[in-house]
Amino acid sequence: MSLSLRDRILVWSLRGAALVAGAIVALIVVFLFIGSFPVMRDAGLGSFFLDEAWRPTEQLYNLTPMLWGSILVTIGAVSLATPLAVLSALFCHFYAPAALARIYRRLIELLAGIPSVVYGLWGLMVLAPMIGLISAPGTSLLAGILILSIMILPTIAMLADAAISNVPRSFMYGCAALGFSRWTTIRRIVLPTARSGLLTGVIMGTGRAIGETMAVLMVCGNAVRTPGSIFDSVRTLTANIALEMAYATDNHRASLFVSGLILTAIIFGLVMLAEVLSRGRIYG
Amino acid sequence: MAKGRWNRWRDAIVAVTTWTAAILVAVVFVWLLADIVIGGIAKLSWTFLTEAPRDAGRAGGIAPILVSTALILAVCMVASVPLSLATAILLAEFTPADGIFGRVVRRSLDVLAGVPSIVFGLFGYAFFCNTLGLGFSILSGGLTLACMVLPLLIRTTEEGMRSLSDDYRRAAAALGMTRTTTIFKVLLPAALPSLIVGLILSIGRASAETAALIFTSGYVDRMPSSLWDSGRAITVHILDLAINVPGGTENAYATALVLVMALLIINSVASWLGQRWLRRSIVR
Repeated sequence: MSLSLRDRILVWSLRGAALVAGAIVALIVVFLFIGSFPVMRDAGLGSFFLDEAWRPTEQLYNLTPMLWGSILVTIGAVSLATPLAVLSALFCHFYAPAALARIYRRLIELLAGIPSVVYGLWGLMVLAPMIGLISAPGTSLLAGILILSIMILPTIAMLADAAISNVPRSFMYGCAALGFSRWTTIRRIVLPTARSGLLTGVIMGTGRAIGETMAVLMVCGNAVRTPGSIFDSVRTLTANIALEMAYATDNHRASLFVSGLILTAIIFGLVMLAEVLSRGRIYG
Repeated sequence: MAKGRWNRWRDAIVAVTTWTAAILVAVVFVWLLADIVIGGIAKLSWTFLTEAPRDAGRAGGIAPILVSTALILAVCMVASVPLSLATAILLAEFTPADGIFGRVVRRSLDVLAGVPSIVFGLFGYAFFCNTLGLGFSILSGGLTLACMVLPLLIRTTEEGMRSLSDDYRRAAAALGMTRTTTIFKVLLPAALPSLIVGLILSIGRASAETAALIFTSGYVDRMPSSLWDSGRAITVHILDLAINVPGGTENAYATALVLVMALLIINSVASWLGQRWLRRSIVR
């Protein structure tokens, strides 16, 4: 069907809008590059990994303690949240009575809507002092892991829930007809069938954990040091940006843009991974 | 027979584990909520909502903060709604699912959805505050948030339009309507419920945001007199009271309670409307 003139005008203006919306990511990357350019030129890429320490006022830009901070907090949170989230999703499908499952799903949704600064406040006032009883001061890698795992649990649980819903009913009937126990059904049929959806959930959760700023800033203690134990204070890349941006100048500021660039690159990799795994829909 | 008994045991163990995980998640949620309510309820009153903060926020209320937050949200919505509406119409109505333009736009929106909020903060600071010369202002903050909620808003709108039956489009074509008329007189009104749900969800997402606002809308806690003024968002206020202001804990809790209650209402309304309207529109 051919389009009238008015339609064509509409389509072209819509394309313009879509172009703007699609270009924002490119714009972000461009501005991160522009922002980080001075320090890349003066110090080079290697100094972010090889310098003696993070003392940006003395031209030392080693980001590895923060990178370790981000990685450790994320690995901890994901490995803690994933089993709980998958069990939560299984609970809704196979164990809870229908009414309870509905309430539980609402609870998970509400948990997803709570702002990170509120999680941070709770972590700072309740969780950190409790950890402090074991090993002072309490603001630590462990506190960060616990808070983050609560925060990413809803993301993983909701995607796992959706993935399990997509397992065809006929598979379940088949299992029942074969006299499989419930656990055998789940382990041999449900989880393998839902695998790509579950993995997507874990990846999205990982992305959220890496990018989270406020809550980890509030509970992690923020010492620039590669942690030796889970009771040590850590600083993540995100927290580093939030803490130092206010007073950073020149190359110091540029090195914070480099952190932003690293974070964006990690997220980009994760999104591509999710895309490959699920071939299409990824955020939900 | 022994195998059968083992199977029953195993099923029981898994059931107990699942229930335990589910109860654990629920307990953490209730604990967090109860802590915020107990910590904040004493300070919460009408005057708390209508007074200006005094003594760096230790005393007084949060009136200017509420106004700033509302203004930031308003700017965010005014900027993001038309843009996402146009993009979603293009993606849903004019772009073949496998076309190159649509794929590129979708892919870049997927990445945008994963970009950490602190990176949005860096970008907003570099682009809106510096390059466009808006400075630390409500305008900068709102526009930064607009970039952030775009993927969510586009996604919900596009899905709403795609879920409409093709009968609408065929009937409109049979009546000789142009595509433009079809979209504005038939499809958009029919998709209105899902647009509203998406809008409410985006408001919830935007008002929970902190990291993107610290370096864009700033810290100033006075009543803003224009959109070019710096204004402190409610989440930034909580953060500041919790970590920068000794003795600010009580007001941090009270402010967090206000925010959490608002978000619970916003998200509940969205999910209630979603269930009510969207189910009906699928049946219809």
